[in-house]
Amino acid sequence: MAQSQRPSSLFRNLSAKIAAIPMILTALVIFVGCTVWTVVYSFTKSRMLPKEDFVGLMQYERLWATKRWLVSVENIAIYGICSLILSLVIGFVLAALLDQKIRFENTFRTIFLYPYALSFIVTGLVWQWILNPTFGIQKVVRGWGFEDFTFDWLANTDYVIYAVLIAGLWQGTGLVMALMLAGLRGIDEDIWKASRVDGIPSWKTYLFIVIPMMRPVFVTTLVIIAAGIVKVYDLILAQTSGGPGIASEVPAKYVYDYMFRAGNLGQGFAASTMMLVTVLIILIPWVILEYGGKKNAS
Amino acid sequence: MPHNPETTMTEPRGPKPSKSFSRRNIIIYGLLLLAVFYYILPLYVMIVTSLKGMPEIRLGNVFAPPVDITFEPWVKAWGSACTGLACDGLQPGFINSVKILIPSVVISIAIASVNGYALANWRFKGSEVFFTILLFGAFIPYQVMLYPIVILLRELGLFASLGGIVLVHTIFGMPILTLLFRNYFASVPEELFKAARVDGAGFWGIFLKIMLPMSLPIFVVALILQTTGIWNDFLLGVIYAGTKNFPMTVQLNNIVNSTQGVKEYNVNMAATMLTGIVPLVVYFISGKLFVRGIAAGAVKG
Repeated sequence: MAQSQRPSSLFRNLSAKIAAIPMILTALVIFVGCTVWTVVYSFTKSRMLPKEDFVGLMQYERLWATKRWLVSVENIAIYGICSLILSLVIGFVLAALLDQKIRFENTFRTIFLYPYALSFIVTGLVWQWILNPTFGIQKVVRGWGFEDFTFDWLANTDYVIYAVLIAGLWQGTGLVMALMLAGLRGIDEDIWKASRVDGIPSWKTYLFIVIPMMRPVFVTTLVIIAAGIVKVYDLILAQTSGGPGIASEVPAKYVYDYMFRAGNLGQGFAASTMMLVTVLIILIPWVILEYGGKKNAS
Repeated sequence: MPHNPETTMTEPRGPKPSKSFSRRNIIIYGLLLLAVFYYILPLYVMIVTSLKGMPEIRLGNVFAPPVDITFEPWVKAWGSACTGLACDGLQPGFINSVKILIPSVVISIAIASVNGYALANWRFKGSEVFFTILLFGAFIPYQVMLYPIVILLRELGLFASLGGIVLVHTIFGMPILTLLFRNYFASVPEELFKAARVDGAGFWGIFLKIMLPMSLPIFVVALILQTTGIWNDFLLGVIYAGTKNFPMTVQLNNIVNSTQGVKEYNVNMAATMLTGIVPLVVYFISGKLFVRGIAAGAVKG
């Protein structure tokens, strides 16, 4: 826009600056200010109230020595990796199926995407009921005559996180499908014509031509899913409340419980800082990859 | 991929295959129906369970349709289910959610639309820097900012109040909404903008007389995005709204996961349905705009 070339004086373009005040305040006070505040206070001995009593890495040492935190990290790693891979695979396969000039495409798409409109609380509670060991799927299958059938993941400390995964995928794969479908529709039709002329089977075209062409869509989707995974909280709370025992705890719940229930702010700050670090580890390579190159080129 | 290698005609945009019962089609529709089963099942189970009596639930199976249809669970879920604190059902939660939703949606969209307009058409020195920080903020886990915001709201006298939760929703909705509006206004032809400038229209004049009338679709997209997002929120509501303003999601969780008394699964499922109805209605009415909203929010980032 031409406006960007104007000489910058504080009062020029004043209305725009006034209009941007909420954004500037949010960016500086909330996103930068509050984040820095939490990181700084994670090095203090704060308990019920924040205190400027710096103790170095003590909170972090304690954090990584706490069983519940280790379980939380392990759970989010399992949930995260499975969720990333399965979301991408299921989302892409569904999108590819819908892209075959099929009938009722809109109906199918509506059905796959509606869970995304529902909250994690609703999602968690429904799947808690379906997977209920006493009344849910296990009972139904046993009723069919398979007396030994067991499907009690919600009561099983080793499998409970996979029960959460089933619910999480149900809620989120529709979004991935929608993003992938948009990506597939953006592929030039000539690509398909060319590969057909060459007699390449369509699964090979997908695997070696279409998917590499859709790299930006995949990367963006990956970042969106990953950023969502780190924040997983409501789903766990509704479906399992972290149980049985501490078997399905996650970092976000650790933060909430220590900050607002146990009155141990320092632990909450340290744990949330670890979450931030995880997001940065995901985000920074993406930004460099996606935007670093572009800036150099232009 | 579930394709038959022999059918080299396979391609997404070709003419419709002549044989509608080809092996390829059976595989495609088979897989799609399998997926439909997975996605529909919970909705079906929710509805079916909410219409049964407790004895039928204990004896029967979750997938069976109700023998004696009863709306008792819905009535109880709405008006008299217990949360452990009180036995008023979901009704107060619903009212709270509406009270949170309306001002949050209106204020956040009003602020973000003007802001997006300023960023698209009236850039000033540093505007892009702030915008970049704002976008990064969308990826920061809320957990990192939760406590300092509690302190800020307390200082402002807004903690545990309706005003507090509305402010928090406005703040956290800002990155995505601003992005949405900025991209939309940036796509408006520049000639239009320049012509209005020549005619002497200023910042607000152009916004109100030119930009607003032609941007109804993007406002609808923003409305859908915010309505479902705020209605479905749990974490912010439980922390910042205060006990008497708890939104419906919080109350739902308190009802279902309350440890007191006998578990009434039919009431729980009716309550879950009631909480899900608002976003579902929004979703089914809005159709393609919903997809456009999430795609615009997600991909253009």
